[in-house]
Amino acid sequence: MKNNLETSIADCHPASVPDYAPLAELRALQLRRLQAVVTRAWQNVEHFRNRLNERGITPENIRSIEDIAKLPFTLKSDLRDTYPFGLFASPMKDVVRLHASSGTTGKPIVVSYTKEDIDVWTSVLVRSFAGCGLHHGDILQNAYGYGLFTGGLGAHYGAEALGAAVVPTSGGNADRQIMLMKDFGVTAICCTPTYFLHLIDRAAELGVDFKELPLRAGVFGAEPWTESMRRHIENKSNVEAFDIYGLSEIIGPGVGCECRRHQGLHIFEDHFYPEIVDPETGEPLPDGSEGELVLTTLSKQAMPMIRYRTRDITLILTGQCPCGRTMRRIGRIGRRSDDMLIIRGVNVFPSQVESVLLEIEGTLPNYQIILTREQGLDQMEVQVEVTPHMFNDKIGALQGLQGRIQAALDHVLGIRVRVALVEAHSLARSEGKAKRVTDRRTS
Amino acid sequence: MKIQQLSLFVENKPGHILAPVRLLAEAGIDLRSLYLADTETFGIVRMIVSEGQKAADLLEANGFVVKITEVLAVEVPDRPGGLAHLLGAMDGSGINIEYMYAFPNRCGGQAVMIFRFNDPDAAIAQLQKSGINLLTSDELLK
Repeated sequence: MKNNLETSIADCHPASVPDYAPLAELRALQLRRLQAVVTRAWQNVEHFRNRLNERGITPENIRSIEDIAKLPFTLKSDLRDTYPFGLFASPMKDVVRLHASSGTTGKPIVVSYTKEDIDVWTSVLVRSFAGCGLHHGDILQNAYGYGLFTGGLGAHYGAEALGAAVVPTSGGNADRQIMLMKDFGVTAICCTPTYFLHLIDRAAELGVDFKELPLRAGVFGAEPWTESMRRHIENKSNVEAFDIYGLSEIIGPGVGCECRRHQGLHIFEDHFYPEIVDPETGEPLPDGSEGELVLTTLSKQAMPMIRYRTRDITLILTGQCPCGRTMRRIGRIGRRSDDMLIIRGVNVFPSQVESVLLEIEGTLPNYQIILTREQGLDQMEVQVEVTPHMFNDKIGALQGLQGRIQAALDHVLGIRVRVALVEAHSLARSEGKAKRVTDRRTS
Repeated sequence: MKIQQLSLFVENKPGHILAPVRLLAEAGIDLRSLYLADTETFGIVRMIVSEGQKAADLLEANGFVVKITEVLAVEVPDRPGGLAHLLGAMDGSGINIEYMYAFPNRCGGQAVMIFRFNDPDAAIAQLQKSGINLLTSDELLK
């Protein structure tokens, strides 16, 4: 049973009303909130204040929304350099939640939330789910990982606030996921799109036909996916597949989400102001041009992010969505401007692998990352060339080395990886430079 | 008393032992023994060859990772209880055998075992004290 596509403001979920805000009101609200958040960061975050001082500007210089371009960017390295709490704008007594995701080297990046921040996060997820046609009465299985990762808890509270009955399965254990889905009559699921592909395949092996289940909506995110994956999912099940976007640095999932028109992802821009910039020069680009997405949190208290460089390449779509929402839309995220890999929804940087190998070996051995997809799940293998310095005649010593590298990578990356010791000079090189990543995942 | 053994790192994949063995063959180096220790993903080829240093240099020059390790070649009476007698002589000494394997050729009517001990010098003293004969490199390779 599909919902009626025609949604009017009158019958939409009350939390969705801001989605339809008149543009003039929205821009005025954005400017007020931008001025307030810049002032808050200026007053409470030394790192940010120093950055403005270097440029000779103060919060008073923000007089129009376009003035946002005067502000310095925030980079992932700023979170790393101020680890763990250096960018907090609230004292710990006002913080009610901490999450962490992998950074570019050994230490994670930390994000924090006040009670009000959690409420905003929950509200944008309610708007996301409502935009997907979900409402109270739906049974939503949340197969995003619960824990430090923002996906699980974010989607959980959003779905509860919507009024759906949440089945908090977290990730893993496909057979149990399928059993509960069937036995509980689950109507909607949240997970990474590749995990859902795996569930489809596994269900077929178990003799469960997704087309005979009441499951009718899937809210998929935490990794880039494609239109061909959407077609595959919608052919193999009755699921209407929705793309949801978010990142921990900004809030988690719920920065933007597709509506039932599936013509791009609406950014909840009353809370997250989107810009597109040239990834090389940082110059702002007009709507309709492809570039790097830069986001500013307009209402975050505990950890305001001013002009955060997401490294995600997309564009802001021009024109209004036929659904009537005034929130601008971005295109699907297809690629990134840096070398970040997304493996089972987890962010991995080759530099993290380097820091681990360097620490264990004292020098950086030649290595390569091989990504494959087995049974719908991403697998990461790190091949490390054995150098004369590392080589030991005893099997146990080499296995010990392999185990130490594996344990350290698991610890730093937060995902299980395979480590293989390989012969020297066996790794692919292109134009004299080692090719570090081979991605054999096909979607 | 110590014998030079050549250890070579190889991946556990088809064809990976051929290239180094062919290199040695082309240089006229005689393989007197070859023993492969394997794991799921990699292996260590342990070889005793006619010209150890030359073989090591040749393999290294061709990009292989090799190491010369010192092992002991021990005569074992070729009859029931021969090895038990030998190991009995080491018992209680606290010296550990890292690995061992049989040398394919007999020397002077005796079987020969190759041992890598954690402390080769202590092992030599212990074996000689028990009257067990160790072969020199020349005796082993003649």
